[in-house]
Amino acid sequence: MTGDAALPGDDPTPRQRWQAAVDASPRRDVPFETMSGIPVDGVYGPPDGEHPGQFPYTRGPYASMYRSKLWTMRMFAGFGTATDTNARFKELLANGGDGLSVAFDLPTLMGRDSDDPMSLGEVGTCGVAVDTLDDMEELFRDIDLEATTTSMTINSPAAPIFAMFVAAAEGAGAQRARLGGTLQNDILKEYQAQKEFVFPPRPSLRLVADTMRFCAAEMPRWHAISVSGYHIREAGSTAAQELAFTLGNGFAYVELGQRAGLAVDDFAPRLSFFFNAHLDFFEEIAKYRAARRIWARWLRDRYGATNERSMQLRFHTQTAGVSLTAQQPEVNIVRTAIEALAGVLGGTQSLHTNSMDETLALPTQKAARIALRTQQVIAHEHRVANVADPLGGSWYVEELTDRIEAEAEALFAHVDALGDGSMLDGAVVGIEEGWFQGAIADAAYELERKLNDGRHVVVGVNAFLDGNDEPQPETLYISRETEDLQRKRLAETKAARSAAAVDAALARLRTEAADPEVNLMPALIDAARARVSLGETMDALADTFGRWEEQPRT
Amino acid sequence: MNERDQPAGRVLVAKLGLDGHDRGVKVVARILRDAGYEVIYTGLRQTPETVVAAAVDEDVDAVGLSMLSGAHLALVPPVVAGLRAEGLSTPVIVGGIIPERDLPAMAEAGVAEVMSPGASAVEVVEAVQRAIEAART
Repeated sequence: MTGDAALPGDDPTPRQRWQAAVDASPRRDVPFETMSGIPVDGVYGPPDGEHPGQFPYTRGPYASMYRSKLWTMRMFAGFGTATDTNARFKELLANGGDGLSVAFDLPTLMGRDSDDPMSLGEVGTCGVAVDTLDDMEELFRDIDLEATTTSMTINSPAAPIFAMFVAAAEGAGAQRARLGGTLQNDILKEYQAQKEFVFPPRPSLRLVADTMRFCAAEMPRWHAISVSGYHIREAGSTAAQELAFTLGNGFAYVELGQRAGLAVDDFAPRLSFFFNAHLDFFEEIAKYRAARRIWARWLRDRYGATNERSMQLRFHTQTAGVSLTAQQPEVNIVRTAIEALAGVLGGTQSLHTNSMDETLALPTQKAARIALRTQQVIAHEHRVANVADPLGGSWYVEELTDRIEAEAEALFAHVDALGDGSMLDGAVVGIEEGWFQGAIADAAYELERKLNDGRHVVVGVNAFLDGNDEPQPETLYISRETEDLQRKRLAETKAARSAAAVDAALARLRTEAADPEVNLMPALIDAARARVSLGETMDALADTFGRWEEQPRT
Repeated sequence: MNERDQPAGRVLVAKLGLDGHDRGVKVVARILRDAGYEVIYTGLRQTPETVVAAAVDEDVDAVGLSMLSGAHLALVPPVVAGLRAEGLSTPVIVGGIIPERDLPAMAEAGVAEVMSPGASAVEVVEAVQRAIEAART
């Protein structure tokens, strides 16, 4: 490649186009120089090479990256009742966190009420319990939902929970068109990895399509789907599998939107991604770079996107929960810091750092604060946010990026063949055949073997055990009273609502669920307002959709 | 490790409650299989009643419960009690996230062994062997 300077009348070089985009972007008011005072450019590399903000976006979705805006420090939180979590949200916002991220408890994630027999012992333990609109209102009490952005990790019951959120926000005076945030709503990876499924894949995908159409029409600031590799990786996949299965699911949602009658550029700009940041520092960075490049090429070349925003992959990162150890838990702070750094050097748009005590319980307030402080140290002390894609051009990282891309393409080809030329059908067939699940379980076992024979070293687990006998740190304890309290709240809501309104809302849901042409979101919002509970809503939908059971395989 | 023609024993591994995180239970199933055990996996979303029924039907030598969600206090004791009500001394081993403060409650409920995250394959196999042998004496 030659680096000819552009002459007047010539097309501008990539560097000149990059510079123009940077000049048009906001600039954070900090010195862009090393600690010793050496001035630092926004990007390095040949002027005619790839640049951030330019197709295929290997080096970043935006030209100026963190020079304009640091990543969003979005800490996932939720426990106990809505009142408990509301207090934690306010504490995180007061400490410099700048976006909310709701962790729901298992009954909520599975679309069950707190008084369901299967919910016994699970209410408020892994997240916050939300049964009705009353809980959703309490969750966000005195928080301006137009001024912050809200991410909700919810999948099988994503549509009814989203309906409750919209109803709660509007009840507090917000306009739905001004609400910004993300619904995880990635049902495919539930069957593949996370296993929080309720309905079978096909009717579940109809609910996803309904939320996509609803957001495209009414909520321009909302990300209807966060296509998530995090859980695929946590379930044991390799980095390349995480990348390939996640982007493959992303392509499936693109096809789903197109089949629902939407033009790709009408919804693809609002698709976002969620990746894991695992232990292998350079491999993770290569993974993020490959992800952006693959997405851009597929969206343009296979799905006909013309809007740049459709081709720019944007993602949230969470450090790898599975890499944390119960032994010597303070060491988890170090692991998390390095994983987080990989996410930042890989160009993440938002980041959650795990707390050191998360293998033991939900994080204590102190552990959660240290996790947030970890991001602040990376952002402000280490000066790593001054240059976009600082590892671009590293022979190692470039080669790894190409290699992971090639591995992912081979996996796409398999899924595409399963679906007879459709990534959407291939994803469903692969789930029904257990192909994804088997591949992930095989990879998990392979890593376990490496751990057991010492090829994979984990400090405190198979090496450097001194200190393992120290007592565990104090952990957050969710008392059983939380469950009783939440059941009482639900009973109060049920006693205060209009039974006739509930019956009417449920009847409408059953009718509309049977008609795939109808968008269920309006009926779900009305049901939320009538204080129909989440469990009642899901049961009504299951009458039509049925329930999914996985064949046990080991 | 598998030196015998006879299986080392039959083990039921189960996921109790709503939690779907099945990486651990599947890895443990393969570890035990590699060690010569016959392993039956219940699949997800079991109740104490379905686990006890499966243990009876399958005539197993041990039951392993994967508990990651914090519901162990509510869900584990009924499994042990249900097995005893069937007249079985089948040992119950719990693997997963059990805070130290809950270990006495697990022991009191009659749980034979609690395996923490990070337990090695050897430790898992030894715990199952120990539990089966203790239940036979």
